[in-house]
Amino acid sequence: MSEHEILLSVQNLSTHFFTQQGIAKAVQEVSFDIPDGHMTALVGESGCGKSVTSLSILRLIPDPPGKIVGGKILFKGQNLLELSEHRMRAIRGNDIAMIFQEPMTSLNPVFTIGNQIVEAISLHQGIKGNAAWDMAIDMLTKVGIADPARRVQEYPHQLSGGMRQRAMIAMALSCSPSLLIADEPTTALDVTIQAQILELLKKLQNENRMSILLITHDLGVVAETAQTVVVMYASRVVEKADVQSLFGSPRHPYTQGLLRSLPRLGQRRKRLDVIGGSVPNPVAFPSGCKFHPRCPIGAKDPHCQACEPPLQEVQPGHAVACWYAEGYRR
Amino acid sequence: MPDKKILLEVKDLKTHFPIRKGVLNRTVGFVKAVDGVSFSVQRGSTLGLVGESGCGKTTVGRTLLRLIPASSGEVTFDGQDILSCPMGQMKPLRSRMQMMFQDPYGSLNPRMTVEDIVGEGLTVHGIARGKQRRDRVSEILEQVGLSRRYADRFPHEFSGGQRQRIGIARALAVNPEFIVCDEPVSALDVSIQSQIVNLLQDLQEKLGLTYLFIAHDLAVVEHISEWIAVMYLGRIVEYASRDELYSNPIHPYTKSLLSAIPHPDPQKKHARIVLKGEVPSPANPPRGCHFHPRCPWAEQACKINDQKLEIKADHHLAACWKADKIGRQ
Repeated sequence: MSEHEILLSVQNLSTHFFTQQGIAKAVQEVSFDIPDGHMTALVGESGCGKSVTSLSILRLIPDPPGKIVGGKILFKGQNLLELSEHRMRAIRGNDIAMIFQEPMTSLNPVFTIGNQIVEAISLHQGIKGNAAWDMAIDMLTKVGIADPARRVQEYPHQLSGGMRQRAMIAMALSCSPSLLIADEPTTALDVTIQAQILELLKKLQNENRMSILLITHDLGVVAETAQTVVVMYASRVVEKADVQSLFGSPRHPYTQGLLRSLPRLGQRRKRLDVIGGSVPNPVAFPSGCKFHPRCPIGAKDPHCQACEPPLQEVQPGHAVACWYAEGYRR
Repeated sequence: MPDKKILLEVKDLKTHFPIRKGVLNRTVGFVKAVDGVSFSVQRGSTLGLVGESGCGKTTVGRTLLRLIPASSGEVTFDGQDILSCPMGQMKPLRSRMQMMFQDPYGSLNPRMTVEDIVGEGLTVHGIARGKQRRDRVSEILEQVGLSRRYADRFPHEFSGGQRQRIGIARALAVNPEFIVCDEPVSALDVSIQSQIVNLLQDLQEKLGLTYLFIAHDLAVVEHISEWIAVMYLGRIVEYASRDELYSNPIHPYTKSLLSAIPHPDPQKKHARIVLKGEVPSPANPPRGCHFHPRCPWAEQACKINDQKLEIKADHHLAACWKADKIGRQ
């Protein structure tokens, strides 16, 4: 990874929500780097803090009840957490763009697709009028929307799910951001449409030398698209590695269990392996290693139940947070 | 089909929804959600029904249980014709056919306790009441892996996976033989999905249940089903035993669907058929073979001639006249 410059570096990020039920520590001491021009995947189940991490990067956490309580987010060397709201607005949508899971709720239903793309272009690049509209049509062509001159005049409800996601991508890319955060971009789509959108993202990434932070729960999507993977469980990073070593030799019991529990095409088993129990509630995380109640080792080990293992590099480029992981120094 | 007895048989089932417009609410067309579907399910086995959103797979499930009126066709359950059965006589049949839903949040009434949710069927069908009902509910809760102490709690106190177990318990309460599982695991987290899939398989073995398993995830369907029907735009395009379908997919749509699934293994590089375009509207399906506008192998004849399911190999039907030419590409 050394030949690539680090575009974004998240260091010890902690985001908490102060609710009536107590403090929900949604993200705790999360650190990872996104090298320039890489696709990095942030994987985890619902409630593990992956979306909160991405919203923290853009400082879009609703405050109150949420608050970034610690850490640094270095983007091209400057700490985003120290910027004024004014400066931050210039970065959002311009240097860092985001696309969301459900394109219908993130597009404004009362404006045409064109209107919404032109708004981003004129706001961030100062291009107005016909030139901005031409650019919008250009962007729609780039993301593979047929008949863009007509589509640009249409409202979100007139487009299908896959096309709305393409329009969202067009909008996000209209200002040529250097980082695109894609929060479950294909979860709401069918597999054949998902394949189209993933191909498109990969193609655009190569053309524009853009970095992508892909947030997903689908390990299949990760294996096929990402170069580096960060696995989160219950607010923390439990493992991070390049995609080959993560899938080839996962070290954390959670990652191992997750990979074993997947039904795979062409590999028939009588029963699926199971991770017992359920994802813990952020208001009441278990003590020690947060995975211990569901872990085959941790359930019996008092050390796991009492002490939280910090993330440690066990091999160049492969870090894991488990007392019993291969190569972990206790 | 060999010796196992057929529990459910569907012949040329059609479900069309009228499109009404204007002040007079006149019918201007039909959404052909299910357009001539035939299949059968053997007792104690699982038929997987796969397809993308809007292909009509959920409508098939609901029409079978007469939750939606069918437009035409025949559904035979254990020798009894369901569609022509008067509504008043449906009740005894309903306790033998149950349904499980996708959304574990929307499918449980938030104001009812778990005991009432699971036990409602017992009361309605006059199977048990009072102490007897309570005992039966406890028994079923334990069968699906929940504690009997949960009986007095409300749905919001449970996680997604637990709620789905409550949904399964509700379906099982009245001792059904046949369960329509409508995407029972797609709303769940990966680590929870495998728990529910295993539970469904255990229950099938123990109680001899028959499932119609509706899903869009081909890997889950492969794991749980013996037979698989692939739907596209209201029709079944391929119908085969599991081994046949996955080792030798014939229809171009099945081929591309299988190739579109991302594998959780970065080593594995496979040729992918990326389909152009999107699923057309069932209100205005393309002429001829419904799949022709997206099919990489389509030619002139595909645009004109309707395709019927035909036997292509042992335990294998497909609706594509070019199947032999496309072969094992």
